[in-house]
Amino acid sequence: MPKTGNDKLQGTLNLLVLRTLESCGGLHGYGLSEHIRAVSDELLQVEEGSLYPALHRMEQDGWISSKWEITDKGRKAKVYSITARGRKQLADEHETWERLTRGVARVLKYT
Amino acid sequence: MPWYSRCQNVFRSERLNSELDDEFQHHLAQAVDDLIASGMSEKDAWSAARRRLGNYGLQKERTRDMNIAAWLDSLRADLAYGFRQLKSSPGFTAIAILSLALGIGANTAIFQLVNSIRLKSLPVKNPHELALIDFEDNSTRPGNWFSDEAVATSAEWDQIRAQQQAFSGILAWNSRRFNLANGGEPRYAEGLYVSGDFFRLLGVKAILGRTITAQNDTKTCNAGAVISYPFWQREFGGDSAALGRPVSLDGYSLPVIGVTPESFFGLEVGSQFDVAVPLCADTLMDPDHIGRAGMPAGYWLSIMGRLKPGWTIKRTTAYLHTISPGIMQATLPPTYPPGIAKGYLANRLTAHEGSTGLSNLRTQYERSLWLLMAITGLVLLIACANLANLLLARATVREPEIAVRLALGASRGRLIRQLLAESLLLAIAGTVAGITLAIVLSQSLIAFISPAGNPVFVDTRPDGEVLLYSVAMAMLTCILFGLAPALRSSHLSPAAAMRAGGRSVTASRGHFGLRRILVTTQVALSLVLLFGALLFVRSFRNLLTTDPGFQAEGLLAVSVDFTKANYPVERRADFNRDLADRFSSLPGAVGVSLVAFTPLGGSTWNNMVGADNAVAEGMGNLVDFNVVSPGYFRTMETRFIAGRDFNDRDLLMSPKVAIVNQAFARRLFGNANPLGHTFHYAADAGQVAPSYQIVGLVANTKLRQLREDFGPIAFFDTDQNEKPGTTSTFVIRMSGSPARLMNGARTAIASVNPSIGIEFKPLSAQLKESLLRESLMATLSGGFGFLAASLAALGLYGVMAYMVAKRANEIGVRIALGADRAGVIRLILREAVLLLAAGMIAGTVFALWAGKEAATLLFGLQPRDISTLAGAMLLLAIIGLLAGYFPARRAGALDPAAALRST
Repeated sequence: MPKTGNDKLQGTLNLLVLRTLESCGGLHGYGLSEHIRAVSDELLQVEEGSLYPALHRMEQDGWISSKWEITDKGRKAKVYSITARGRKQLADEHETWERLTRGVARVLKYT
Repeated sequence: MPWYSRCQNVFRSERLNSELDDEFQHHLAQAVDDLIASGMSEKDAWSAARRRLGNYGLQKERTRDMNIAAWLDSLRADLAYGFRQLKSSPGFTAIAILSLALGIGANTAIFQLVNSIRLKSLPVKNPHELALIDFEDNSTRPGNWFSDEAVATSAEWDQIRAQQQAFSGILAWNSRRFNLANGGEPRYAEGLYVSGDFFRLLGVKAILGRTITAQNDTKTCNAGAVISYPFWQREFGGDSAALGRPVSLDGYSLPVIGVTPESFFGLEVGSQFDVAVPLCADTLMDPDHIGRAGMPAGYWLSIMGRLKPGWTIKRTTAYLHTISPGIMQATLPPTYPPGIAKGYLANRLTAHEGSTGLSNLRTQYERSLWLLMAITGLVLLIACANLANLLLARATVREPEIAVRLALGASRGRLIRQLLAESLLLAIAGTVAGITLAIVLSQSLIAFISPAGNPVFVDTRPDGEVLLYSVAMAMLTCILFGLAPALRSSHLSPAAAMRAGGRSVTASRGHFGLRRILVTTQVALSLVLLFGALLFVRSFRNLLTTDPGFQAEGLLAVSVDFTKANYPVERRADFNRDLADRFSSLPGAVGVSLVAFTPLGGSTWNNMVGADNAVAEGMGNLVDFNVVSPGYFRTMETRFIAGRDFNDRDLLMSPKVAIVNQAFARRLFGNANPLGHTFHYAADAGQVAPSYQIVGLVANTKLRQLREDFGPIAFFDTDQNEKPGTTSTFVIRMSGSPARLMNGARTAIASVNPSIGIEFKPLSAQLKESLLRESLMATLSGGFGFLAASLAALGLYGVMAYMVAKRANEIGVRIALGADRAGVIRLILREAVLLLAAGMIAGTVFALWAGKEAATLLFGLQPRDISTLAGAMLLLAIIGLLAGYFPARRAGALDPAAALRST
């Protein structure tokens, strides 16, 4: 069932983005992908092509909000931060993820 | 609200685009910074950053899609594209919108009238609880009938009200015109006599003052006038000081006690009441204090009630049947002779649905309006077929474009939606124009059917139902004319279409079949409409040329009301003679006569008669009477056949004489000579009717309407009338201008007594007014028939021209190989004839079937009149062949070299 696979990846990206915004506060798109890469010891590389559609969809769904800022380098940047609804969504997805990994781990350990 | 912001973003795509650019540019710049920091050259860094982001345009589009409602975006794009397409062919767009506007406009206008006259409920509280009480058809109850809607006498009303248990309350009313003027020419107000419970039961509350209540409608009669909102505005300027002010009704003054809300027009659809007074005012205002209520068999009231919960019309009718014998017993008019009394006692009451009130207008026009709605519906269908045809032609032109789109992967659904968007735009524009047209049209229709001085009142403000109807029309038409072409285009095989390029002959065979079917349908439908139009026009002409038995042109009816002059009965005959002399001496007056009932004037007097010694009974012996002065037939120019006219020896005390018409003579005496015979009419119980000797025989004349067959009429002499009333009607044969004669008559009357009322009515105008419905049907069906035939001709022309263009190649070859041009023209015309013939065969079947629906509206011809059908076919054939001839001639004139080279 390839469709479920896609959903899973999508779900993971949402989880990563929401968690990052929760811990770091406001971040722009590039900052987000750099942060995830650095924190995961370069194990996770967010595909840049998927990042922006995902960000915009989450914004439309009201999980994150954005505002335009001028960075210290003098550039105009769109900075995202998590909303109350986003936090709730994060808690849900976190819970789901935990259960999934626990379950997968048990299956893998079974001999 | 994600959907809201997504919908909003559809309409701010510019801003969205630049924001996306900004965001991506920032991303790239940050990445480049990092790459340079890690030792890359700036140029390499930029290309590496771009590579990592992937396809910039695609990324942007995918991100953009997250921000907008895709369906709305494509709809917007489709509509914008459709709009550009329409703008690029203004001719097509104008024809399309115009024909749709005409079709939808005419249809909506008729629907508006049907809705107001037939469908809409009365503007009162819970109209669906209302039921009308009536006598069963063919009840026996001769007497004086004061209105077409009258059901009951005052005695019957009292008994029904006292005995009935099915209604929570019942009410009675009568409509009659009041004259507001005191002498001179009349100024009419539409009056309403109402029972005490009328307003309370209907739930109509006064907006000023109070309504009539049970306290107003008593024996002692504490009468006051409740006026309608329009009357209040018109006569009192909407001033609240109107309360207590007097209104003069037929010379009797009553105080205004209240004003009803604007929405309440009364219970009769088609008229707006002006003044309502309690029922008892009828007796009060009568100079003799008898009124219609005091007459033994005076039928003047209509009755309606509010059903108790749980009572249906069926149950109520059954219930009314059970209480009928008691009511008839209690209300038997004492004047009925035994034979009639027996019939009366067997009469039964019944109940009808009452939520839409009563309506003369409805009785008269309902059938015409439904027919007109069908006619306009057919016109709309023809217009749709025409549009579908035009769209098919356009689709052919766009075939290559559509083929390319399909080949590039556009989905068929999306293409159909795009093509339908164009149709939708046309339908919307046509509907908006159509509604505007409908408002104007329905107003003019109402003006058309309004007799002079008595405007029809119909509330035609476009309401929810009408709007809903036209929106439904728009959707329906859009699907009718847009769907088939759209479906067909999207089923193109891209490869075939592109290969064929501009010279598709085989690929478009399918289109061609559909277009032929459309044209055949158009021809068939327009044959039906032309046939109908000819039927109505011929029937109208028959009525106009029918001989009423008198010469209406140049006749003026002058009604004189001297109620307020208080002439005693014995002086009234002299007064009438004096007035006749005064009118005779006026310049321009050729002949003057008195008449009790002017032909086509609306009121009549009838009774059963017996010849010589026979008993006067049986409906077969029902004849009309009229009372006229000597010289009446000369004035009317009615042919005198035998015997003599009344003369000055026929006096009150001399033997009663009568003049009868041919129908009367035939009915009573067969082929025998009626002169010298006597007859008498049915006398009231306990009385003996006088015997009349027939002294003259005249030609038949029409009395009630032009449509009727000549009926038996007996004429009595005014000089032998013992009780002349307080109103008289004169007919004056004029030479020269009626205006001068009318001025003279006014002056003559005013010099006798200024309190005398006078009213003029040219008989020719009265005659025309009696034909308003026929004139309406002839005019409208004629107009629509012509429109339909033109549209069909246009459709035929379009198909023929298209065919000639498509077959140019083949025709070129034929001509090059020596076919003569006449042969080519014949070849093309044969196609047109085939289409016409197929359409006419289908149309004939439909027309003969539909014709019987019009049967009751026709005069002097049958609904399956073959010569009319032949006429319609001939007309359509001429129009059709003309439409086919021009493309055929073009085909015949083709230059073979050019035709062959161009492909």
